[in-house]
Amino acid sequence: MTNAVSQAALFEAKAARTASRRHRLLSMPALIIIGVFGVLPLLIICIYSFLAAAPYGGVQWKFSTDAYLNFLFQRDIFDDTLQFTPDFLIIYLRSFLFAVVTTVICLLLGFPTAYFMATRTPAQRNWWVLLITIPFWSNLLVRTLAIMFIIRDEGLINDVLMGLGVIEKPITMLYTNFAIQLGLLYSFLPFMILPLYASLEKLDFRLVEAANDLYATRRQVLWRVIIPLSLPGIIAGCLLVFIPALGAYVTPLILGGGIHLMIGDLIAQQFGSGRNWPLGCAQALILMAAVLVALYFYVRNTSGKIQHG
Amino acid sequence: MTIEQERNLPPRAGFLNGVIVPEQPGKNAIEVRRVRKVFGTGEAQVAALDTVSVSIRENEFFTLLGPSGCGKTTLLRLIAGFDFPSAGEILLHGQDIAPLPPFKRPVNTVFQSYALFPHMTVADNIGFGLEMLGKPKAEIKARVGEMLKLVKMEALSGRRTSQISGGQQQRVALARALAPQPKVLLLDEPLSALDYKLRKEMQIELKRLQHETGITFIFVTHDQEEALTMSDRIAVMSAGKILQVGSPHDIYDRPAERFVADFIGETNFLKGTVVSKKSGVATVKIASDAMVAAGFPDSFEPSGEVTVVVRPEHADLIADAAKGTVAGTLSNVVYFGTDTHYHVKLDGGDDFIVRHQNSRSSAVAFEPGAKVGIVFEDGGARILRD
Repeated sequence: MTNAVSQAALFEAKAARTASRRHRLLSMPALIIIGVFGVLPLLIICIYSFLAAAPYGGVQWKFSTDAYLNFLFQRDIFDDTLQFTPDFLIIYLRSFLFAVVTTVICLLLGFPTAYFMATRTPAQRNWWVLLITIPFWSNLLVRTLAIMFIIRDEGLINDVLMGLGVIEKPITMLYTNFAIQLGLLYSFLPFMILPLYASLEKLDFRLVEAANDLYATRRQVLWRVIIPLSLPGIIAGCLLVFIPALGAYVTPLILGGGIHLMIGDLIAQQFGSGRNWPLGCAQALILMAAVLVALYFYVRNTSGKIQHG
Repeated sequence: MTIEQERNLPPRAGFLNGVIVPEQPGKNAIEVRRVRKVFGTGEAQVAALDTVSVSIRENEFFTLLGPSGCGKTTLLRLIAGFDFPSAGEILLHGQDIAPLPPFKRPVNTVFQSYALFPHMTVADNIGFGLEMLGKPKAEIKARVGEMLKLVKMEALSGRRTSQISGGQQQRVALARALAPQPKVLLLDEPLSALDYKLRKEMQIELKRLQHETGITFIFVTHDQEEALTMSDRIAVMSAGKILQVGSPHDIYDRPAERFVADFIGETNFLKGTVVSKKSGVATVKIASDAMVAAGFPDSFEPSGEVTVVVRPEHADLIADAAKGTVAGTLSNVVYFGTDTHYHVKLDGGDDFIVRHQNSRSSAVAFEPGAKVGIVFEDGGARILRD
């Protein structure tokens, strides 16, 4: 009998081993993709950022922290001293500002929109989701160029306003901060609306009735029931807007005319006309570090609210 | 603040401690006056409530009973303020509340789905109404404590509502609705999600809570047994109309319409023709040519083709078929433990069920296939409006 028991135990252990081996094997494709397309490129960027720049692009295999020093300082050509130059820092701060404003305005516009969609009948909802996703059917570049044609000096808005006699001279909108902000809002609004909608659609509206029944006014229902319960959607939407907005490349390039740089353009420059790959890598890593720190505090704060209601 | 105990309650109508308390006109908590509720427009228009009027007294356990789609939940939602009547008035202590939003009505609801806030603890849920009313923190805390004690949930006050059982959620929903001390508590089939044993417990619990708090309860259910055991008065509804309002006794023993008799309890229906009438009793000739003496409601003059109803327990079997009011052949005997059902095929072709309460002395002498007679108790047979 003991023999039978130990046989069974042996068999079980063997089965467990096979199962765990199978699990490892099945997760291999995912691990390979993450490794090859996620970790490896990041590793290359990290290594490059500590190398010296080659004069015509590429890197020289020589350890150097110049890239990070150059981020904040400029080496004087004559006496080799380091001078603090906040140019890059200003571009970073401006990018953060753009991203924050974009996120906040997207949230303010997106929440009522998503709420409206979620409170339609199921058949109507599908149409609204379709409408929201229509912009994705054409390329972002094309859509950004279309905005350019609408807001330029001889564009639709100025033509109409001048035709109506409202203004005498065209209002300059293109190649301004306004143009960049408008472009960012336009490109990222759907990324806010969709997760908010997903969250609000799942909301049990009987809870709204229950809160109303318990003397909560419409405003109190919004703050005490609807917003806390759609917080996962709010977090997801804010992340989906903030992070890509921070690294936006096409929009500021076209609508800002390359005059008002954002981080994305700055980094791209280092690999193009700047021919300073290590600096570009360092800038990318600094951006990533900043985003991670911001995310850490954001998620910690908001998920705390989910916990405590 | 304490829960006010029985402050000079007007006598309840109904069945209390084995004594029938006569109905006495108390003050009305809710008065529904000629209320209509129409959903949809044009062709697709449906009248969920078709000109309903009913008065619900203070401190009453009032039940709206009917099959699904009869309009009982619609009426409850109109009183709560989640929907607004298409026509008519709803008075709360004499004031028309029909146009008020739900958060301005001193009326709270226990929802069928409980609708507890999943992002709050048990205590936060219970305190929500008081918090929205702007009560001071200390008062809220004290009152939540009392409520937790009332529904015996003190130990779980810090739990999330997702971490407690269905029965416990039910108690929290009750406590949450009772905490702001509403004038009227609305209960929308609150026991339907519970299993049988828990439901029985909660029925008693609800009666206790109503007694202790002295709040008017309006209870919606499709379960006739639940309605009979818990209510002071019942309104039976069908197809957007109230068919009968009365104590459980009234409703069961003196149903006003065929629908009420059919919906509540088991009933035998015998078709027949009125032969003669005198002083509230009509003689009806049924299919087997037997003559049945049947009472009828005051408001109703039976004539011609009618249906006579007899409750299975208001009839008894006798061995001598000739001496029975009606006679037939016993087709089946179903033993239920507490009682036995005798299925009889009457000579006229109608099916008839007799329920006999079992006792140790009563020997079951009837076998399927036997010719039997059936006698009715006095007043057991009644003619009802179809």
